[in-house]
Amino acid sequence: MALPKYTEPHYRIWHYVYLTICAAVFFFLIAPLFVIFPLSFNAEEFLVFSDGMKRLDPDAFSLRWYQDMIYGTKNPWGLAAKNSFIIAIFATIGSVILGTVAALGLSSRHMPYKGLIMAVLISPMIVPLIISGVAIFFFMAKVGLAATHTGIVLAHIILGTPFVVITVTATLSGFDHSVTRAAASLGSDPVNTFMKITLPLILPGVISGGLFAFVTSFDEVVVVLFLAGLENTTIPIQMWTGLREQLSPTILAVATCLIILSTLILVTAELLRRRSERLRGINR
Amino acid sequence: MSSETKQILTTDGIPLEVSLKKAEKKNKIKAFLLVAPLLLFIIITYVFPIGDMLMRSVDDKMVTEMLPKTFKSMEKWDGQDLPPEEVFESFYFDFQKLIEEEREGKLSTQLNYTKNGFKSIIKKLRRKSKSFEEGNYKEQIMSVHRRWADVEYWRAIKRRAPAYTYQKYLKGIDMYENEKGEIINVSEDRRVHRILWMRTLEIAFFVTVFCFLMAYPIAHLLATLPMKYSNLLMICVLLPFWTSLLVRTASWMILLQQQGIVNDFFVMIGLVSDDNRIEMMFNKTGSYVAMTQILLPFMVLPLYSVMKTISPSLMRAGKSLGGTPFVAFWKVYFPLTIPGIGAGCLLVFILAIGYYITPALVGGASGTLISNQIAFHMKSTLDWSFASAMGLMLLSGVLVIYWLYNKLVGIDNIKLG
Repeated sequence: MALPKYTEPHYRIWHYVYLTICAAVFFFLIAPLFVIFPLSFNAEEFLVFSDGMKRLDPDAFSLRWYQDMIYGTKNPWGLAAKNSFIIAIFATIGSVILGTVAALGLSSRHMPYKGLIMAVLISPMIVPLIISGVAIFFFMAKVGLAATHTGIVLAHIILGTPFVVITVTATLSGFDHSVTRAAASLGSDPVNTFMKITLPLILPGVISGGLFAFVTSFDEVVVVLFLAGLENTTIPIQMWTGLREQLSPTILAVATCLIILSTLILVTAELLRRRSERLRGINR
Repeated sequence: MSSETKQILTTDGIPLEVSLKKAEKKNKIKAFLLVAPLLLFIIITYVFPIGDMLMRSVDDKMVTEMLPKTFKSMEKWDGQDLPPEEVFESFYFDFQKLIEEEREGKLSTQLNYTKNGFKSIIKKLRRKSKSFEEGNYKEQIMSVHRRWADVEYWRAIKRRAPAYTYQKYLKGIDMYENEKGEIINVSEDRRVHRILWMRTLEIAFFVTVFCFLMAYPIAHLLATLPMKYSNLLMICVLLPFWTSLLVRTASWMILLQQQGIVNDFFVMIGLVSDDNRIEMMFNKTGSYVAMTQILLPFMVLPLYSVMKTISPSLMRAGKSLGGTPFVAFWKVYFPLTIPGIGAGCLLVFILAIGYYITPALVGGASGTLISNQIAFHMKSTLDWSFASAMGLMLLSGVLVIYWLYNKLVGIDNIKLG
């Protein structure tokens, strides 16, 4: 955004003010995440930078909180991580299957009551989580699935499907339906056509919807707070209890791991988005 | 078309029109069958339970079922003077049945919600009623305690007769129905819920405004920079977007604490002295700062996707026609971004109005929202019907905005990342 030479001085000044404002906002967005890294290596158990850390004294840094996270006594994180991954994986599979199939129907131009049905299917994303939590808790308690993994997985499927529906319908909006007709005219049955033709083409959308569903489940705490028993504790629940009660640097060690995980997911999602846009011929 | 024209037939002899309609119907059913599994799943596990919340919030069958005979005999009582002997008698028998089932404690709790003072007199009645003689129950009950001879208490019982009530909704806006059936405000010092509703609206509104003010410049920068720079800067928006909400809240808890970096910085530049550092956490400031940062990506992304479609030549045209850059921006660029502004603001407002986790952790007492109150009643007081009522009041507000969003933006146009 280089300015042309003839720019008048006061616009020049305004331009630099504008860039400064942008820099400040970007700093505000990203900087808080970077506080976590150094503090998770703190040798002391306070959540402030010790004098040693400010002098970059090697003795002020340690891996003790990472050790505590993995080997600590009565350590809740192992169980929580296991539960989180199991629940998130099953919830993702469920959301992707239900959401993709529904998106196929919704993108058909023959679909009746499209707007209304779409509104119902997207609603779990819009309704405040606390209300979803209360409603789902009443349901799970009634059918005897409260405090079970199954109950939490079902709850997370409810919360995850809107993301899959949105991403897959978006991918299908640029989809050339003549290829499926071509397949059909060559004698392929619908299931075969879907597996061989449609799915490979919409795969980027499906996977990025799946990533959203995974992150939603992996990061979800409000609904789980209502549903989980002691056996179903997850990483977000442990963090929530930790942040409310004994704020220890172990939480920061966990948080660092989560930031690394989300960076990986971000990179995957971005690569997929670009691939999808290339496949759909959208050039920007 | 005249009737003489030959009807077009398909190869199997059916009129084309009929055949097409049939195919159309078949396609419709096919499309619907694909959507059906998810639709059924969402309706059963999600929509119906929200309906169940509605039932719970108005349900008042408990007392109705505990005192069936009493309410039957009360139908004829006008509520002016003390009820007739018949009412006392049926109340006595209902009460004896409750004692047998050991449910009289529940009755006293329930009636105490309606009027204070029931707890002790029901306890006393339970003790004395063992030695009651047959007949003339009115005299006997009234002699247990003078409140049993007070018509106000009998009116309070009568008020619990209907199986449905809207009391919980009144309570949600700090009102109640008094003995005479008038709806009035609770006394000024007990109006907690109205403060919460106002604060929720206020915080959601200002967070939306702050997000807009911060997101607009950076979305513009992202949309106008060359691809290779904007992709890099986009990471600053997307990384927080993909990072766990609790991680981001935790980082704000570290930053905003009294010994935290923000306060250190203020002390360093001499804004505050070391011994009176600013309290930025466990109050409204904490909620504002943390929520704005957390919701900012939801404003940037819709703005960016709209700005991306605006051709830079429009601004150049505006300038070449004699507008200063500011005029060109205000008259040409800004109006074109309004759809993005609408989408972003509604999305952020919807998300902010139902926020729970962040206010609970950094909001303290003065920064909590209506969601926190709902959670409190679900988990601590166990007044689930009140929690449901408040939840539905919040939900109806959100649905209005959702409907508006659907009208203005269209839900199919929600973009993710």
